[in-house]
Amino acid sequence: MKNKTFADKTFADKTIAYLTKGTLGFSIISIFLGFIIGAIILAIAGFNPIQAYGVMISGVISRPSYIAWTIIGSTPIIITALSIAFAFKTGLFNIGAEGQFIIGGITAAIVGYFVELPSFLHIPLVLLAAMTAAGLWGGIAGFLKAKFGVHEVISTIMLNWIALYLNNYIVLIEGFRRATSQRTHEIQRTANIVILEQWKRSPEGREWLRGHDFFGDALRTPLNWGFVIAIILAIIVWYTLNKTTLGYELKAVGYNRHAAEYGGINVSRSMFTSMVISGALAGAAGGLHVMGISKSIASLAAMEGFGFNGIAVALIGGNSSLGIIFSGLLFSALQYGGSKIQPALGAPSEVIHIMIGAIVFFIAMPKLIKYILHNIKKKRGAKNAG
Amino acid sequence: MFKKMLALMLVLLLMATALVGCGGGAAQDPAPEEDQEQVEDQPTEEQIKMAMVTDVGGVNDQSFNESAWNGHKQAEAELGFSVSYVESEQDADYERNLETLLDAGNDLIWGIGFMMTDAILEAAEFNPDQKYAIIDPDFGENVVPENLVGVLFKAEEGSFLVGYIAGKMTETNKVGFVGGMDFPVIHGFHYGFMAGVKHANPDAEVLVQYADSFVDAARGKAIANQMYQQGADIVFHAAGGAGDGVIEAAREQDKYAIGVDEDQNHLAPDHVITSAMKRVDNAIFMVAEMLKDGDYAGGETKVFGLADGGVGIAPTSDKHVPAEILEEVKQVEQEIIAGKIVVPNNKDDYEANY
Repeated sequence: MKNKTFADKTFADKTIAYLTKGTLGFSIISIFLGFIIGAIILAIAGFNPIQAYGVMISGVISRPSYIAWTIIGSTPIIITALSIAFAFKTGLFNIGAEGQFIIGGITAAIVGYFVELPSFLHIPLVLLAAMTAAGLWGGIAGFLKAKFGVHEVISTIMLNWIALYLNNYIVLIEGFRRATSQRTHEIQRTANIVILEQWKRSPEGREWLRGHDFFGDALRTPLNWGFVIAIILAIIVWYTLNKTTLGYELKAVGYNRHAAEYGGINVSRSMFTSMVISGALAGAAGGLHVMGISKSIASLAAMEGFGFNGIAVALIGGNSSLGIIFSGLLFSALQYGGSKIQPALGAPSEVIHIMIGAIVFFIAMPKLIKYILHNIKKKRGAKNAG
Repeated sequence: MFKKMLALMLVLLLMATALVGCGGGAAQDPAPEEDQEQVEDQPTEEQIKMAMVTDVGGVNDQSFNESAWNGHKQAEAELGFSVSYVESEQDADYERNLETLLDAGNDLIWGIGFMMTDAILEAAEFNPDQKYAIIDPDFGENVVPENLVGVLFKAEEGSFLVGYIAGKMTETNKVGFVGGMDFPVIHGFHYGFMAGVKHANPDAEVLVQYADSFVDAARGKAIANQMYQQGADIVFHAAGGAGDGVIEAAREQDKYAIGVDEDQNHLAPDHVITSAMKRVDNAIFMVAEMLKDGDYAGGETKVFGLADGGVGIAPTSDKHVPAEILEEVKQVEQEIIAGKIVVPNNKDDYEANY
């Protein structure tokens, strides 16, 4: 049957085969389609799409500081996407990256503020503490799934809310809260990972930066080491999943838990381990966010969306480490570039949101398109066989 | 085979339409756009550019941000300003968005809401030539830089008026106040309201509780429920999102509530009798006027009250509040403006006078 379909391969079949082969082709087509839809909506709303895209693109790449902001914005969502992709590859859908991000942030704020150590110890300590706490937080969902069969989607959604309210509770504790505000005290300088933070605020630093356009512009942003750590984490995730026994076991459970169990893999332990690692990754994102951008945590009215955006980023990146780095950058560029259309053209922000939504929607389409194409193929196959 | 070809053709058709749609839009637009640009370009030399960064609520939040944007639009219509905004989705966006507006070459950049205080202080420090302003800042011990104006509101004056209404309208002689957090900004609402109640009705009792949150609607609701059970029939809140719970409790228990900051009557039309409004739009317009006249008051914190229309009661008050009480409120308002009534904004002043 298979050979027969293969034999009368037409142009359409070839196209389908090419498109279904990898997610890369799909992603590029989807991004292209998304931009077209965005353009149509902009045109309907009475704005010149080419001009709008011009503003967006130049708003992202035309100055070193714009590129820096894009990188800064991509850092947390790349890491939460890694967290989600890791769980996904091992058969778990970790909606809880949002909550684990919050737990990582809380821990980083506490360890960053109350502990006093030299930088080279303080930074790793804060990061490790954030990862450990969030890993355990994710582990709760893993434990519940392994022990009692509680679906991780349900438990992690609930844990998200618990994390949110825990955050709001901790922010208000006297001694940690900054007086008359809804924020905590800033973390110690030794836990700060902003590049040259001290120097660029000093008179000499400012003087030097004024004379050097490129660095002066780039460093006026809170550019930090988080992106480098994100890339290191991406490599670790790729290595763990593809080159280690642990990764093999976790993936085997993801593909088919019964087969994995038959093969002698401890399924319960694998699920727990997978959620712990996934949680630790999301926690790293939260910790780095506190160390590099916010410096403190604030009382939250609602989820900030780092974890949820991570789901979209993981989807766009096809759950691969390399793909996620690029899709994270793209997502961040869309958000950042999109925010520049309003001041420049007067386009209401709603148009920007619709546009970003359309792009994300199309980017999410490959799975759907693939599914449809797959079904067409299957039907044809069945007919030919009949 | 036929089906497959049909499917493929449909896909191609879809893509073609999409492309035509895009091409058409692009081809039609450039001419008028260019004209527009020229028109816009010329006056920018004299036209004052003003822009704002919203907080995470977004520009259509039916609250602060929307009111602030209305102030901008008023400045556009009446003063010929060119205005724009950038919305923030996360706390971390403030600094970035302030920079976007800086690069856009604005004459004055607004930060809306106290959450932006740190970000705007930093931006003002790093860009000494750029003018900034912020609504409801929480400067603490920071010195206000020369290129930043803080805008505060005499919340106690608006609260006094709604307190007066509550004191007149209560049938149980018991009213309630739910505060967001126990700190000076909210004390203005707290003691202003209490003073207003006592001024209208010296026998009335005021129940007071703080929610310790500006976001926890469930907690606000629980507190309000308790107050209604203790016999209060009108509860005023100054608790942001937690106050939404207060209004919900009023609706469920069929009691009265008083809104804050904006006209909150739309949240429960039959139960929100009035609101102590902060007229962010008026304040922004007034600062815009000053900027136009060259009176930008850098380094200062401006406080707007009843006298200049910075605070007031909601326009929908006449739905529930009897006309004669509203007449009295107008008199009280005049007395406050004339300085005959001094409204307390902290515990000590309150206790000294009532």
